[in-house]
Amino acid sequence: MSDASSTPSPDPALPPGFVFDPARLAKGMMTRNGHSGWLGLDYHAHGEGWFELELPWREELVGVAETGVLASGPIISLMDNATSMSVWTLTGKFVPHATLDLRVDYMRAAVPGKTVIGRGECYKLTRTISFIRGIAYDEDPSDPIAHVVGSFMATHGTYL
Amino acid sequence: MNDANLPPYAQALGIAIDHDEDGNPVLYADFSDRVLGRPGFLHGGAMSGLMEMACMAALRAEMERRGETMRLKPVNVQVEFMRGGTEQRTFAMGTVTRAGRRVALVNAACWQDDRAKPIALAQMKILLSPAE
Repeated sequence: MSDASSTPSPDPALPPGFVFDPARLAKGMMTRNGHSGWLGLDYHAHGEGWFELELPWREELVGVAETGVLASGPIISLMDNATSMSVWTLTGKFVPHATLDLRVDYMRAAVPGKTVIGRGECYKLTRTISFIRGIAYDEDPSDPIAHVVGSFMATHGTYL
Repeated sequence: MNDANLPPYAQALGIAIDHDEDGNPVLYADFSDRVLGRPGFLHGGAMSGLMEMACMAALRAEMERRGETMRLKPVNVQVEFMRGGTEQRTFAMGTVTRAGRRVALVNAACWQDDRAKPIALAQMKILLSPAE
């Protein structure tokens, strides 16, 4: 694997090992710039090993014009970022990493007009790999829009 | 197939058709702040979105060849990120690996300046149902 990265670092100036305050960082840099900024991703909630971002519905993000259903691209970006942040809630520090793979299973279409919440969870850390899973939902986490599973690789330094 | 057939998401991201290759549309997106991930690099979600659009476009082209009008409903997608995407034009093309009557398997590759070195791969399963 090369030094691929789809996950934005919360702040380009942050050195690896910087103490990670998820809420502050997600409310700041990460959600205003670049692709996540364009999508309108915003902080929702977090805890140890999990992190939630929200994706407000808007016309531009629609994948099927006739139905108003969101494209899956924005859902993938939402889950990539939410699961990425969930890793750092476990490490307690910022460790640069790259998404290796991500699989998304679509349970149902996102309802037009409704904000989608992406809940990412890191369920295992090794020195170099973090294993993540998550769901995207609108109102009820027990009725998810999508399930995701994937992995990240630390590119500079180690998780543990 | 022309750019006007692409959904709002694709148009907003600046995704357009570059050319047709054996009946499969090759899509591209130029680099902009809208697709920026970490500084200087393409966001993986943007790569995924481009490949998803390429998969759907390839399948629509296949359905057109068959003379069928189908509703396409994504079941799942698996994306492998292999290289960091840099600040330049990105391409993606989907290939229909298998399209039966009810479900299709479509693969896509995403590359930049060197097609022999794809930056990401995707595989999508899409349900087919007759359009009303």
